[in-house]
Amino acid sequence: MLKYILKKLLIMLLTLWIIVTLTFVLMVTVPGSPFNSESSSNEIVQQNLERHYNLDKPLPVQYLLYLKSVVTLDFGPSIKQSNQSVNDLLGRGFPISAELGFFTVLVAVISGVTIGTLAALRHNGIIDYFAMTVAVLGISIPNFILATLLIQQLAVNWSIFPVATWQSPKHMVLPVLALATGPMAIIARLTRSTMLEVLTQDYIKMARAKGLSPWKIIVKHALRNALMPVVTILGTLLVGVMTGSFVIEQIFAIPGMGKYFVESINHRDYPVIMGTTVFYSAFLIIMLFLVDIAYGLLDPRIKVNKKEGD
Amino acid sequence: MLPEKNPRDVAIEEIPDEWFTWREQNKEEQERLSRPSLSYWNDAWRRLRKNYLAMTGLVFIIILVLMAIFGPILSPYDANIGVLSKQYQPPSAEHWFGTDSAGRDVFTRTWQGARISLFVGFMAALIDVTIGIIWGGISGYKGGRTDNVMMRIIEVLYGIPYLLVVILLLVVLGPSLLTIIIALTVTGWVGMARIVRGQVMQIKNYEYILASKSFGTKTSRIIRKGLLPNTMGPIIVQMTLTVPSAIFAEAFLSFIGLGISSPNASWGVMASDSLGAILSGNWWTLFFPAFFISLTMFAFNVLGDGLQDALDPKLRK
Amino acid sequence: MEKILEVKDLHVNFKTYGGTVQAVRGVDFHLNKGETLAIVGESGCGKSVTVNAIMGLIPNPPGKITRGKIIFKGRDLTRLKEKKMRAIRGVDISMIFQDPMTALNPTLTIGTQLMEGLKQHRNVSDGEAKKRALEMLELVGIPNPEERLKQYPHQFSGGMSQRIVIAIALICEPELLIADEPTTALDVTIQAQILELFERIQEATGVSIILITHDLGVVAKIADRVAVMYAGKIIEIGSKREIFYNSQHPYTKGLLQSVPRLDVKENLQPIEGTPPDLFSPPTGCPFTPRCPFAMEVCNKVYPASFKYSNTHSVDCWLQDERAQKLLAKAVKN
Repeated sequence: MLKYILKKLLIMLLTLWIIVTLTFVLMVTVPGSPFNSESSSNEIVQQNLERHYNLDKPLPVQYLLYLKSVVTLDFGPSIKQSNQSVNDLLGRGFPISAELGFFTVLVAVISGVTIGTLAALRHNGIIDYFAMTVAVLGISIPNFILATLLIQQLAVNWSIFPVATWQSPKHMVLPVLALATGPMAIIARLTRSTMLEVLTQDYIKMARAKGLSPWKIIVKHALRNALMPVVTILGTLLVGVMTGSFVIEQIFAIPGMGKYFVESINHRDYPVIMGTTVFYSAFLIIMLFLVDIAYGLLDPRIKVNKKEGD
Repeated sequence: MLPEKNPRDVAIEEIPDEWFTWREQNKEEQERLSRPSLSYWNDAWRRLRKNYLAMTGLVFIIILVLMAIFGPILSPYDANIGVLSKQYQPPSAEHWFGTDSAGRDVFTRTWQGARISLFVGFMAALIDVTIGIIWGGISGYKGGRTDNVMMRIIEVLYGIPYLLVVILLLVVLGPSLLTIIIALTVTGWVGMARIVRGQVMQIKNYEYILASKSFGTKTSRIIRKGLLPNTMGPIIVQMTLTVPSAIFAEAFLSFIGLGISSPNASWGVMASDSLGAILSGNWWTLFFPAFFISLTMFAFNVLGDGLQDALDPKLRK
Repeated sequence: MEKILEVKDLHVNFKTYGGTVQAVRGVDFHLNKGETLAIVGESGCGKSVTVNAIMGLIPNPPGKITRGKIIFKGRDLTRLKEKKMRAIRGVDISMIFQDPMTALNPTLTIGTQLMEGLKQHRNVSDGEAKKRALEMLELVGIPNPEERLKQYPHQFSGGMSQRIVIAIALICEPELLIADEPTTALDVTIQAQILELFERIQEATGVSIILITHDLGVVAKIADRVAVMYAGKIIEIGSKREIFYNSQHPYTKGLLQSVPRLDVKENLQPIEGTPPDLFSPPTGCPFTPRCPFAMEVCNKVYPASFKYSNTHSVDCWLQDERAQKLLAKAVKN
């Protein structure tokens, strides 16, 4: 197990380093340095930037200092919003984005697994066809279109939910729904297909031959094995939810990190783009790492193989 | 001759004596197989044809491609030049899909957009496949150290959140058709390479490959003739699923302001431009691009699913 | 002798998209208490489907028992509700599968998998269940049972896994044990050990066994009686001695001749051809196209069952006296 974790940890650090380096290389190669473009006419901001990015020093030194600032989680000042550092923006926006992301994943996993399991148990039945049609639709409709539809129907036409912002649980319903539909559909399809495969396994037949009740067979024998592949895609799914949140926050005017990020892209606010990219990448890579570890804990085959060191 | 009764109901005495004579054996009868033998592709096609949803998807895709080619030509309007006095006209006989904020014909723009969206989708898929097959093929076929190094690289790349890199690249390179395709494929090929590698690893140990190796067949020939045809199934499926995800990514990028720049239009640009319009009642400006993005993704997804079922020999019943 | 199981005119169909497969087409046999019946035949002949029908494990859809009775201790299992059937499975009738490596759930410990059947059917405490599980592991010959109970399936070899599968099957002391190719997936040396284990268990518990196999060596070692299946029918059934030394059906003879033997210097003779298509099985004897003694009648009418002895019967027209005359004439020429 330790070897497994170490290996994953090493790959994680390598990936992080590549992203940090990549952002640096891209930023210094931007035609006409991003830090003295006409967009940052403000004197103080200009000085702040130069101090932070050590633009007067040679490139390798700049790179090392940049690495140091990333390690110390100091992402420097924003160009557009004077007197605001990237850290300020992250500190304000990230908790809200994290909240949105958490509820989205929660809804997506619970409903996806339930729908997928039901579909598999009623293979080729009406529930199956219905669930899978809904799932394909869920995958096919881009979340920003779904979000607009939801606002138009449920918020504007019927006024069931508020149109935008992030204040009460009621405000959360539409954004979470818009963001969770895609991942839910993916989870439902995956759960269904792995469940169908697991149900044909000999150990399920064996469990039936023991005379166990269907409920016990499904919960104890089938679901746990069927959910393994679902765990492996959780990381990728999280990436999708995060990138999805960029647009969803924009549409619903939620003051999260995603909204700041999209704004920074539109204003070419490079420090914010860089800082957010690095921060989000690190966050996701750590999440992927945790998912890997969780998988190792869930599957006894991985745990023991590594412990015995073969 | 006795009727086709349950044989056990036939009394032995009823059976005429002359039936007790030796029978000519014929080889053909012995070897009669329990099912007509079909080649892999014939069999897959037969199964795909029975999958109505997948066939619907295929038909939609063909229509979309045809319309993308001929739609803008057939239309009397120019996709990028509008008449401001004809701003926001609802669908009518004159403008089938209405007009947008600049008085441009949405029908023409939809098919113009289809060209770009489908082009992005197909190019991304094609490039992914090319790199993926080369990388995965070499990694899987060589095995050992080479494979180890190549796989570690993949593992690292796989961990990078792909849209973030795409965004970063586009911010630096500036959005254009070319840069969008480059950005989408920079990390997109990784999934394909993994699949190809897995397939190649599995098949390269099959006897027929070992046999041709023992005859001294050249490596490149073994890969081309022996391995690739047998790995095509999963590759085709993955390709079918890459197209919609590239189309989605393009739409997403347009939405956050990194799409194809105007006056050119992709579906993503059209949809994000008109998100506000829907609230003011001009639903058609959003509806048509949104509908066609969803329809295209739907068509490719169901076709991909259908192909997966049809090409997977394990499911052969 | 007391009959524990009687199968009468069993028919099982499977609906596939290519049509209906008649996998079992009228199977009759019985099983006496404490004996071992082997069902042999090529793959696809319906032997697994037959035992799955007994277990009530035919997946429906696509499978269905369309006709016949399965009488176990006076009750017709084909008429039982699923819930009643569940109370029989694992308690009165147990089953062992071909590949022990896939028959055990990889994510649960051996102990859990051993005890869950017991806990389901018998009102036992955890302590009692564990005690019983340890006894079973000892019975099937697993060293360090206490420690092994906490381990996962992948920590066991194939032979050890099969012992565990057997322990699981026996933990509720069933009267009938169905073993579906229990040694096929194992190494030859391990096969012998598992077969010995079967004999030992039968001696210790008096359980009746139905053994499915295509390996006549296995049959020779532990069967009391043998049923030969072909294309969804039992074409010959008899005691082990009768089948091995006095087989009557050309198919059975062919099977025996295709097995290598050390004591006889003879060329192996494979049976030419392939079994018939069960989508549209022939009305006559299904073996006709491959049979070296085929007559016109064989292709037209399914043979009557000829009783050769009290225990030995065969479905073959060669037993008819008119065919005997024909044979005699052929020998003379």
